[in-house]
Amino acid sequence: MHDVEVLPRTRHYTFDALELDCGRTLSPVTIAYETYGQLNAAKDNAILLLHALSGSAHAGFSNDNGEHGWWEDFIGPGRALDTDRYFVICSNVLGGCSGSTGPGSVDPTTGSSYGLSFPVITVGDMVRAQKHLVAHLGVETLMGVIGGSLGGMQALQWAVDYPNVVQSVVVLAAAKRLSAQAIAFNEVGRQAIISDPHWCNGDYYGRTPPDAGLALARMIGHITYLSEESMHEKFGRARKRANGYYYSFSEDFEVESYLHHKGSKFVERFDANSYLYITKAMDYFDLPDLSSIKAKLLIISFSSDWLFPPVQQRALVRSLRKRNKDVTYCEVQSWRGHDAFLLEVEPLTELIPGFLDNVSR
Amino acid sequence: MTAVQRYDQDIIVRLIPAGSRVLDLGCGNGDLLLKLKRGGMKDVRGVEINDRCIAACVRKGLTVFQGDIDEGLSDYDNGSFDYIILNQTLQVVHKPTLVINEMLRVGNRAIVSFPNFGHFKIRWHLLSKGQMPKADFLPRDWYDTPNIHLSTISDFEVFCRMRHIMIERLIGLRSCETGKTAKHFQNLLSQVGIFVIKSKREI
Repeated sequence: MHDVEVLPRTRHYTFDALELDCGRTLSPVTIAYETYGQLNAAKDNAILLLHALSGSAHAGFSNDNGEHGWWEDFIGPGRALDTDRYFVICSNVLGGCSGSTGPGSVDPTTGSSYGLSFPVITVGDMVRAQKHLVAHLGVETLMGVIGGSLGGMQALQWAVDYPNVVQSVVVLAAAKRLSAQAIAFNEVGRQAIISDPHWCNGDYYGRTPPDAGLALARMIGHITYLSEESMHEKFGRARKRANGYYYSFSEDFEVESYLHHKGSKFVERFDANSYLYITKAMDYFDLPDLSSIKAKLLIISFSSDWLFPPVQQRALVRSLRKRNKDVTYCEVQSWRGHDAFLLEVEPLTELIPGFLDNVSR
Repeated sequence: MTAVQRYDQDIIVRLIPAGSRVLDLGCGNGDLLLKLKRGGMKDVRGVEINDRCIAACVRKGLTVFQGDIDEGLSDYDNGSFDYIILNQTLQVVHKPTLVINEMLRVGNRAIVSFPNFGHFKIRWHLLSKGQMPKADFLPRDWYDTPNIHLSTISDFEVFCRMRHIMIERLIGLRSCETGKTAKHFQNLLSQVGIFVIKSKREI
């Protein structure tokens, strides 16, 4: 089933139906996924890796098309997730647009894309869909569930919902609920999409999509993923025109150019409706009761992350500790803001393997 | 340096009954925590400020929290541990009173150890040379030391008396190399003082 492959390939698993937190049932459901490494005979070396808002199943190794994985530097022999030892699974979230069922998928009852008739999903729904996939792969125990940002929320949800499956959890740059500030940024992003005339109440498939709105949402997002220091480091007040201003509203500054570039690249690969649905799921995420957790936890924050600031991770750790959970907390010093969980290879590669080493002992 | 740590640690491990819940403040690379864990403690946790030390503890499979003990232990409930340890760390904290009070709030007992500035070598150094004392167990120059709150065994006894803190035990570690303890003249002969203290008010 899991042959040795040099290059990973996104596969798809489809199952009949998924009951959702909103009360509706989604049918059928397809989950796109990739795996790296081999599931061992004892089936006790599986790690589930969970992506953030805009990620995909393609986490490790550059694929046939030369596309980099979103956590490529962390996956492979000798890396944080050592593929010589672990069987790593990464799937695209429910509601996404990189192969899993989402608002852009075709509704079999109508023959056209769901659009806004797609049910509002939650992080709990995403995790339940992943559970189907994991079972399909023959995995009964996950020795690790790891994710950053939205991925970290899913990892926590896994630990709460499936305490007998999850042995350990690594949560990077996430919290047990979204702050008002983070919800506010999500809402501004959604409104950017919704107010784009091409959005057409979500019914734009086969026509011009709301690219301007989605690009704007991504630009806002990117500001929150960086820190003041990282923006200063990257751009400062560097200008496009070396000796002066344009005296117009074109791109004078490098930072403007960067945001525009990020926005226009994003619309090539992401669906505006998925952005609405996934950010909504993040807003709804709230875990008031952590008592069911049996997993060993490693919670990591990044000093300059102001979207999920360290104070939120400390609050999470405090509530876990009050419940007498086995929780380790580390604040990685980084100037890279929220994005640090994708970029701080060295400190994370020092922490994560050591943590995983001790899980099954 | 490692020899100092090791004898301190062995004595501290012996002071704590198996099955205890223990929190080590300033746990460094986790050597003491590991000994406590192997010594059959029920729940062993550490607090440490340094990134690299945290990573070293994680590699040892220890449960640690990255934080600054000078900010207090507000994350911890009253009496949530049987023992709180502050091993060779009192002299570097900014707020010793706050830290000790917090230890006695969160733990039923506290174990505090520190280099004894009352040791005869220290006294003689100051008397004979008129310079800030140094010794093998306090080797750094005054301008290059993290130690900002050095004290003597006698100082700490006064500190406890004034704050209604009960000293249950005092062990004067005489030699870092041999682990020998001083029975008499502890403030003169000990390089390191190890105290087991408890809040009187609680009783």
